[in-house]
Amino acid sequence: MNHCLIVDDSRVIRKVSRQIVESLSFRVSEAENGEVGLLACQAEMPDLILLDWNMPVMDGYTFLTRLRATPEGQHPVVVFCTTENDVQYITRALNAGANEYIMKPFDKGILAAKLEGLGLLTAPTAG
Amino acid sequence: MTEAEFEALRAFLKARSGLSLSADKRYLVESRLGSVCSRFKIESLSHLVREIRSGRSSALEKATVEAMTTNETFFFRDKAPFDLFQDVLLPKYLKERAASRRLRIWCAAASTGQEPYSLAMLLKEAAARMAGWQVEIIASDISTEVLEKAKAGFYNQFEVQRGLPARLLVKYFAQVGDQWQISPEIRSMVDFRYLNLIEDFSRLGTFDIVYCRNVLIYFDAALKADVLRRIANTMAPDGSLLLGASETILGVTDALTLDAAHRGLYTKTSGAGAPRMLASAVR
Repeated sequence: MNHCLIVDDSRVIRKVSRQIVESLSFRVSEAENGEVGLLACQAEMPDLILLDWNMPVMDGYTFLTRLRATPEGQHPVVVFCTTENDVQYITRALNAGANEYIMKPFDKGILAAKLEGLGLLTAPTAG
Repeated sequence: MTEAEFEALRAFLKARSGLSLSADKRYLVESRLGSVCSRFKIESLSHLVREIRSGRSSALEKATVEAMTTNETFFFRDKAPFDLFQDVLLPKYLKERAASRRLRIWCAAASTGQEPYSLAMLLKEAAARMAGWQVEIIASDISTEVLEKAKAGFYNQFEVQRGLPARLLVKYFAQVGDQWQISPEIRSMVDFRYLNLIEDFSRLGTFDIVYCRNVLIYFDAALKADVLRRIANTMAPDGSLLLGASETILGVTDALTLDAAHRGLYTKTSGAGAPRMLASAVR
């Protein structure tokens, strides 16, 4: 079972995201900011990271650049999930090594479609 | 709405659009046509049926048909048909059409444009291999309302996120307020046209690739066989047809053959000069 780490300072968002990701058959762990997220990655590198942008202590962008600076940190698929919906943020995130970018609010359909595109889920056979 | 009125509506929709509505879809009619009644200031569905029967308002007839069509779509929907285009069909036709350098694609139920635009973006991404090529994408639909939206190319945040990679979003879309508009260069690659599949479409010419996904499921077997036969007639001898992954032509037509290696991909049956309907399809 693939492992997903949710890095978000909002307990509500973490809870909702957890429900969505668990329904897509991922094992889930959580971190409330980038610093806690990096420690979690050192303990066990996940396959997928859902990452918020604005967080106290360490934001998502800093987390991502530090993660991608390590050889082990190349492994996880990183999907930004943030309220920042400006094209400049999206470009910056992709250039820093994010694999995908989701603008909040999102639902299961959007996340599932993104994960299918990234090869982490198989597309349903029905049209 | 009485049973007789519902039957009259079913007959009208079938004659006008091919939509085969089963008797248990009464709830669908009631949920979708309420807004048409409001728009035309018609007090009930019974009155709407009466108006349609009178033949006085072609605008009402058109709105009724459009309200009953399903326009569910999104960018790169189901992924596999687009992987197939990029990895199998495009390399195949780049090789086989190397002399003419011409490629014609038809999206037969284009809805709000996400399918043809997805193909256009893939073609743009392959531009380095396609210098000097003339590529035509014809995108048709029965609803003029969705075609207008498709031509304008504006999508909301939900629509650009479902299936569209962020990399392509930043590359081919511009943010306009809380909307995203697909770039003029991609829009110019797609020729949107009104088309009712139950009518003759031979004037469209010959296509190398036809996408006709998730539309024939709304037709009965005889009409489905007829449309498939006519689609096969528009296809080049080595043309390709993509249907929805859950659709089947088994027992419907022998004009097309499923490509065993690729789900949803069909080619013209070799030797089927004059494709015929199977008996089971016209019962």
